[in-house]
This record gives sequence, C-alpha cells and structure tokens, in this order.
Amino acid sequence: MRQDKDEIVNIASIKVHRILKKSAIYAILVIGGVTMIIPFIWMLSTSLKPYSSIFMFNIKDIQWFSTPLYWKNYINVWKVVPFARFYLNSIFVVVAVTAGQVTTSALAAYAFARLKFPGRDKIFFAYLATMMIPGSVTMIPVFALMRAFGWIDTYKALIIPAIFSAYGTFLLRQFFMTIPRDLEDAAKIDGCSLWGIFWRVIMPLSSTAIATLTIFVSLGNWVSFMWPLLVTNSIEKRTLPVGLAYFQELYQYAQPDWGLLMAGSLVTMVPVIIVFLFNQRFFVEGIKLTGMKG
Amino acid sequence: MSKIRGSEKEAIAGYLFLLPNLLGFMVFTLIPVALSLLLSFVDWDMLSAPKFVGFQNFINLLGFHYEAGRIIANDPLFWKCVGNTLFLMMIIPIEVMASLALALIMNQKVKLINLFRAIYFLPTITNGVAICLLWTWLYNSEFGLLNVILLKIGSILSIPIHRVEWLTSTAWAKPSLMLMGLWIMLGGYNMILFMAALQGVPRELYEAAEMDGAGSWHKFWNVTWPMISPTTFFVFVMAIIGGFQGGFMQAYIMTGGGPDRSTTTLEYLIYNHLYSWQHVGYAASIAWFVFIVVFVITVLNWKFGGKLVQYSHY
Repeated sequence: MRQDKDEIVNIASIKVHRILKKSAIYAILVIGGVTMIIPFIWMLSTSLKPYSSIFMFNIKDIQWFSTPLYWKNYINVWKVVPFARFYLNSIFVVVAVTAGQVTTSALAAYAFARLKFPGRDKIFFAYLATMMIPGSVTMIPVFALMRAFGWIDTYKALIIPAIFSAYGTFLLRQFFMTIPRDLEDAAKIDGCSLWGIFWRVIMPLSSTAIATLTIFVSLGNWVSFMWPLLVTNSIEKRTLPVGLAYFQELYQYAQPDWGLLMAGSLVTMVPVIIVFLFNQRFFVEGIKLTGMKG
Repeated sequence: MSKIRGSEKEAIAGYLFLLPNLLGFMVFTLIPVALSLLLSFVDWDMLSAPKFVGFQNFINLLGFHYEAGRIIANDPLFWKCVGNTLFLMMIIPIEVMASLALALIMNQKVKLINLFRAIYFLPTITNGVAICLLWTWLYNSEFGLLNVILLKIGSILSIPIHRVEWLTSTAWAKPSLMLMGLWIMLGGYNMILFMAALQGVPRELYEAAEMDGAGSWHKFWNVTWPMISPTTFFVFVMAIIGGFQGGFMQAYIMTGGGPDRSTTTLEYLIYNHLYSWQHVGYAASIAWFVFIVVFVITVLNWKFGGKLVQYSHY
C-alpha cells in the first residue's frame, strides 16, 4: 500500500514539476519577447506622433499611442528627403547585385564542383583563403580603384564590386557537391551538353540553395552601409541606409524630429519583414547551411 | 582537323564557366589584397603621387618612443581604438551564452515557435542604420524612453536616480553599445545555429543518460554541451573575428566615435584615416594589422581549438 502511495505522490510531483518547467519556459520567452519588441513598438509609437508631442519629461508623458494617430510623418518623410529616390536606388542595386552574384557564383561553383581543369584546386584554395580577409583590407584599394576608374558616385561603383563573391561561390559549390552524380551521367548518355547538365539538372536540383543565397545576398545588400557611403556623394545616388543616415545629419544642431526619423526607419524595414515572414524556412535552412559546412 | 579530346573540352568549359567570377575575383579581391599590402608601405593622400615610406606606417602605428623620460606610443589614438575594440568585444561571451540559453528554451517543443523566433530575429533583418537611430532615440538622455522609465523607477522606490548619459558620457557609451549589441545578437544567426545543433544531438544519448538517472543539469553538461561544442566553437570564433571588424555603424550614426573617442573602434579609425583624413597608406596598415590579428586567431583556433571540441561520431 505504502509503495503505491509513494508512487502516486511521485507521479504527481513529476507532473507538477513538468507544469512548472513549461510555465517557466513560457514566462522567460514572453518576458524576453516583450523586451525585444518594446523598442520596435516605441519606434512605431514615435512615428505616429507630431513633433510637439514626442518630447516627454516624465513618466506621465509616456503615451504609447496618441489619439488621433499622426499619420502625416509617413507622408512627409517622402518630401523632406528624396526617400522615393533612395528606395528606387536600393531596389535597383539589390536586384542587380543579387542577379549578378547568384549567376556568377552558380557558374563558378559548377566549374569547381564538377569540371576538371588544370589549376582548379589551386584557384579554389585561393578563393577559400581570401574569405577570412577582413573587408577593409580590400575595401581601401577598391575605393582607390573606383576613383581611378572615375566610378565614384555612379551605380557601377555600387553594383559591380559587390557582384563577385568568393562566399557565394563556396556556398553553392558545397551544395553542388552533395548532388548525386547518377543524374548527370544519365543526362550525359542522353547527349546532354555540359551547359545542359548545369541548366537542366544541377540548377533545378539546387533551388533551395539558390533561394537561400538569393535571400542572403539581397538582405546583405539591402542593409549594406559602409561601401555605399564611401562611393556616393550626391543625394541622388544614395541607397536607403545611407539616405537614412543623411536624413539624420540634417538635424545636426537641433533635437531631431524623431517621429519623422522613426517613420523613415520603419519604411525601410517593411519589405524585409514581408520577405522574411514568407520565407522564414529559407532563412533558417540557409543559416544552418552556412554554419554546418565546418 | 583533329578531334578535341573530351577532357580538353571539359577543361575549356571549366574555364568558361569560371571566367566571369574569376575576373571579378581577380580585380576586386586578389589584386586589391596585393595592392593594399603595397599601400601599407606608402604615404598617399589620393591626390599627389604616392610616396614609398618603407615600414614607417607600421613604426608610427605600433612603435613607442621616449618623451620626457616616459615611454609613449607613437600613435596613442590607435592603441586607444585597440582598447575600445577589445572592450566592446567583452560582450561576446555573454551574447553567445545568451543565444545558447535561448536556443535551449526554444527547443523545448514550444508552441508559437515561429512567432517567437520571428520576434527575436527581427533586429537581425532590420537595417543597421534604422536600429542605430532607434537606439539613439531610446538612449536620448533628456527625452529617451530608457531614462524616463529609470526616473519613474527611482521615484517609486524613492531612491534618487539621475538621468544616465547613455551615449554622451565616456563611462556609459561603451556599455550602452554593448547592451544594444546583446539585444541585436540574442535571437539572431547564432541562436538559429544553436537550435540546429541541438536538434542534431541523437535522442539515444539522452535516453541512455536518463537510464543512468541523470537530471536535466547532468544531461546538459554530459550530453548537450560536448555534442554541440563544434557549433559553440564556430560561433565564438566567428564572433571574435567579427568583433575586431565591428563598431563602424554605431560610431558613425550614434556617437561619432565619441565622447572623447571612447567608441572609436579600429574599423571606424580605418574609415577616418581613409576618408576623412586621406591617410590611405596608414589606413591600409591598420587594416593589415587587423588582418594579421584575425589570421593568428584563426590559425591558433585551428591548431589548438580542435582539442577542446568533441566531434561527433554519428
């Protein structure tokens, strides 16, 4: 009898323990999540306030959402600085760089993964070796090159140096290596050319890796800051991040209109959030892919 | 006309496939690496002709001299920036461990996992300028949310709390940037890598440990920790390499490298020498200094780190 009772108590305590553990987990996640999201909510809140009501002096002035909401910031932001121009510049640069980088990376990755030619492994090693070189080492002479080419303040400077990436090549090469060769052999027997194999066998089988690289390259370029800052001078050539920084610089000597700045910041975030929400899987898989290669 | 052999055809095709990428790689990576090494031995303002100065840049950068009976660095600003960069990197162990803790929690079959992951991942996909602007506003010493809340807490507990000069005092500027860094990094790439690593630990190992009567703590130290050590190691090394090259955007947007240069990192110093002061050669020599440090760390890790890491046999 006693033993039974003990067992019941034991099971009950395990259950209690489990419930406690689950609640603790959710409590931590929710508290952490709230801490993560509050700055963004404050961003949204500030963006919906007129200049006169963003400055608070004590806690009573904290107003998360004023009524009526002040939507004008979202209209004015396009007028105060040429935000639409920044937007178009960013979209154009991101599309061009991504298309260029994915294409050249895929072609090179196929050569490295599947074709035999003299010097292949040495060249691949050179690619690998340069991947750990800090960006500023190459950035300095490339900046000087841009000046020498007369490319400063042109789309060429924003796009062309960003197209060529050892990293993208490496990522796709690693993925192509995992594709079984049988399919290619079958295609070869059917008289398929090397280009045909690349285009009709390798590429369709690598859609996940291609999508992953596409997402990472476009995100990386969408937020790219230092290089566009270096090579653009005129307002008309600025991309969104540089334009946003320029926007802030307008208020050098006064308390900025934070409502306007936050509205501008949020406007730059929207496309990425949408892409992320619909492609969370690719982000997660992509990160695993990049971290696992060892 | 002789028939081209299959292997020759393949070699030609190989070069053709590689060509576009290789050309770009040469012009924008390989040649620039060589050029930047050359530049580090040159005095050049991009206007007049470059002047070869031998090791002078490196002597100015790394050397010391006697002045009034004391040993003084030739470039105190550089060493200050080295110190700043290392100081800001002290948050890295906390960031990595916090990401691991979050991954452990997220791995407990949590409902709404996609929602939680999206929230924690949000700073990672937000452009850095927007984040820096947001935190400049939060840290605003007069009207910022943080100080207003702090003052309120002070008044509730009736303890005198003064406004913190988050970004405008030398004491707080670096910790403020580190706190923001923690907020950015917590649920980012590293957390997702840890989650993947945790999912990769074979269930049998936990079952075996449970049969031996191991509790959660035991299971973590004896199963999870050794099994995920390659990921921990990878994440940590990448964070350190990144740390040496970090801090540019924060300095540019939030602090201007100040106050009193307390947030000027090596990366921001390189930018200043290159762009603001037109010391192209000197900028290159700092970049090469960073490169050598990163290289040494990578090699040391590669040689000795492997012994600390338990590679899985699965």
